[in-house]
Amino acid sequence: MSAIDTAGIARAEAAGPAGSAPNGPRHRAGGGGESRSQRPPSSARRENRRETTFTSRAAVTALLGLSACYFLFPLWWLLVSATKPFGEQFSGSGLWFDGFDLFGNIARLGAQDGGIFWRWMLNSLLYCGAGALLGTAFSALAGYALAKFDFPGRGAVFGLVLAAVLVPKVLFTLPLYLMFSGAGLIDNPLAVLLPSAVSPFGVYLARVFAAQSIPDEVLEAGRLDGAGELRIFRSLGVRMMLPALVTIFLFQFVEIWNNYLLPAMVLGDDRLQPVTVGLVGWNASHVAVPPPLVVIGSLVSIVPLLIAFLALQRFWRAGMTAGAVK
Amino acid sequence: MSHASPRAHLRARPPAEPPPARPPRPTAPAKAPRRRARTPLLFCAPFLLLFAGMYLAPIVYAAVSSLYAVRRSGLGLTAPTRVFDPLANYARAFQDSAFTGSLGRVALFGLVQVPVMLGLALGLALLIDAKSARGKGFFRLSSFVPYAVPGVSAALIWSFMYSTQSSPVNRLLGPLGFTVPFFDEDLVLWSVANIVTWSWAGYNMIIIYAALQSIPAEVLEAARMDGASALRIAWSVKIPAVRGALVLTAVFSVIGSAQLFNEPAVLQPVSAGAIPSTYTPIMSAQSAVAAGNYPYAAAQSVVLALLVGAVSFTFFKLTSRGGSA
Repeated sequence: MSAIDTAGIARAEAAGPAGSAPNGPRHRAGGGGESRSQRPPSSARRENRRETTFTSRAAVTALLGLSACYFLFPLWWLLVSATKPFGEQFSGSGLWFDGFDLFGNIARLGAQDGGIFWRWMLNSLLYCGAGALLGTAFSALAGYALAKFDFPGRGAVFGLVLAAVLVPKVLFTLPLYLMFSGAGLIDNPLAVLLPSAVSPFGVYLARVFAAQSIPDEVLEAGRLDGAGELRIFRSLGVRMMLPALVTIFLFQFVEIWNNYLLPAMVLGDDRLQPVTVGLVGWNASHVAVPPPLVVIGSLVSIVPLLIAFLALQRFWRAGMTAGAVK
Repeated sequence: MSHASPRAHLRARPPAEPPPARPPRPTAPAKAPRRRARTPLLFCAPFLLLFAGMYLAPIVYAAVSSLYAVRRSGLGLTAPTRVFDPLANYARAFQDSAFTGSLGRVALFGLVQVPVMLGLALGLALLIDAKSARGKGFFRLSSFVPYAVPGVSAALIWSFMYSTQSSPVNRLLGPLGFTVPFFDEDLVLWSVANIVTWSWAGYNMIIIYAALQSIPAEVLEAARMDGASALRIAWSVKIPAVRGALVLTAVFSVIGSAQLFNEPAVLQPVSAGAIPSTYTPIMSAQSAVAAGNYPYAAAQSVVLALLVGAVSFTFFKLTSRGGSA
């Protein structure tokens, strides 16, 4: 279940119909629709306190606390276990720190199999970075054209994009593998990069964002100044869509990182694999690679994503509420 | 519910920005209209080319190659040959109990896991939206964080949680007098379901929460004035208002179930046989690839793609009709 693109559109669309007020206050990209209850002014808060009873507050907090335990426990266990002295990862309750050797563990992780772990991380960064960069550029071009030009075939192209968003990408992976093996592209990074650079959801987002953030008058002014369309796109369109492009890049980056089946199938050479495929290989090897290394590797491999996620929350939300803005 | 499906969304759009009526250019007046028609296509070209190559071509390739059957000679001494036999692979797929079993398994998975996950997501959204909630920001983030963990990494982490020798969950439960055999053959599907739920519940919660946020404050105030309790408001006002969000998250979750792969594939080597290599349709097709029978893998992929297409098409037909009624 990794089709961030299909699910992303669910979010985007779901925010719309249920919103029932399409021109509502969610126009601000990011932080949209958070205004009602997130930060009540202090007077409202006092009123709140009078309206709600202690028991209801306690019950709600207890239930929410329970859910937070469920969601955070595995991650907390991972963090605690990765810091324990090497070999003790699976002993004890895993609830609290017990000795600290995180850096020694990371050094051991780097030493295993000739430092292949860092190579995997680098591969992941390269595939995701290059794929997302190309994909964002292509999505921006296509989305901009769909939003800002009227041309024959426009409806057909957009219909194609939407249909593709609805069908999970994973379903295309086996056919892709069969085609690539027919074309001799197995064990070639291109077999991961080429499919990664297409993002129907990115085009959808770019179209929504372009329609919303680039006024036609600005383009018209550019045309009157005699600028070519590509020049107008580069100097005006891209600049006005920039926050949106960050969102598209982010969604694509994570989507490529999450795509396990494709690289697992087309990259047999472990020096070419991304970190997810490499770690699963270690996990499946049982004894050949000490299991604690898989624990430590899992932590190291998700930390960059968690940091990016927390630091760039604003852009995530922009992608989620995009569909609500018409 | 005026645009329950993206297609409806497209239809609902006003007939788009008309081509700007611009003054004729003093230079090259004849060239301008042609250039205007060509430019947008050039803008779309990189995407369309890659799309054709990476989406359409593989499907066509798979559909064509699924029409050939691999024939091995009785002794297997000669290389297998491919003969054109359009229905052989499809007939085999529907008689293959491993493949049909995998289809039934993901259907069962979808029927159980999707309502559980969405129920959890709805409950969380309502709780965080409740007036009695404190620390909304923290709870919203904590349920959403698993979504930032890649599916494969989530499955790896949970495989440690489930470990037969050292499960931290069972260590906590031990003193209470029971443990959970996560890799038991009857239970393992729900162990997988738990990983999927953990990863996606918070994400669906955010969608539902966004829908809750857009209920006009006056409506809620009016219900409160009428003396409705918080529970009553949640049941009679809030839940009906987020129906659209629930339907959409359900559709996408069901589609997601059909492509179940990462979680069972990661658990498979540590499951001591509880997860066979044909556990889900995609795993089944992949094991046909591993066995070297590409046309059969192609046929399975085509069947799965058609089924998913049919399911999502039906759903969207149903929901968009409900919307226009």
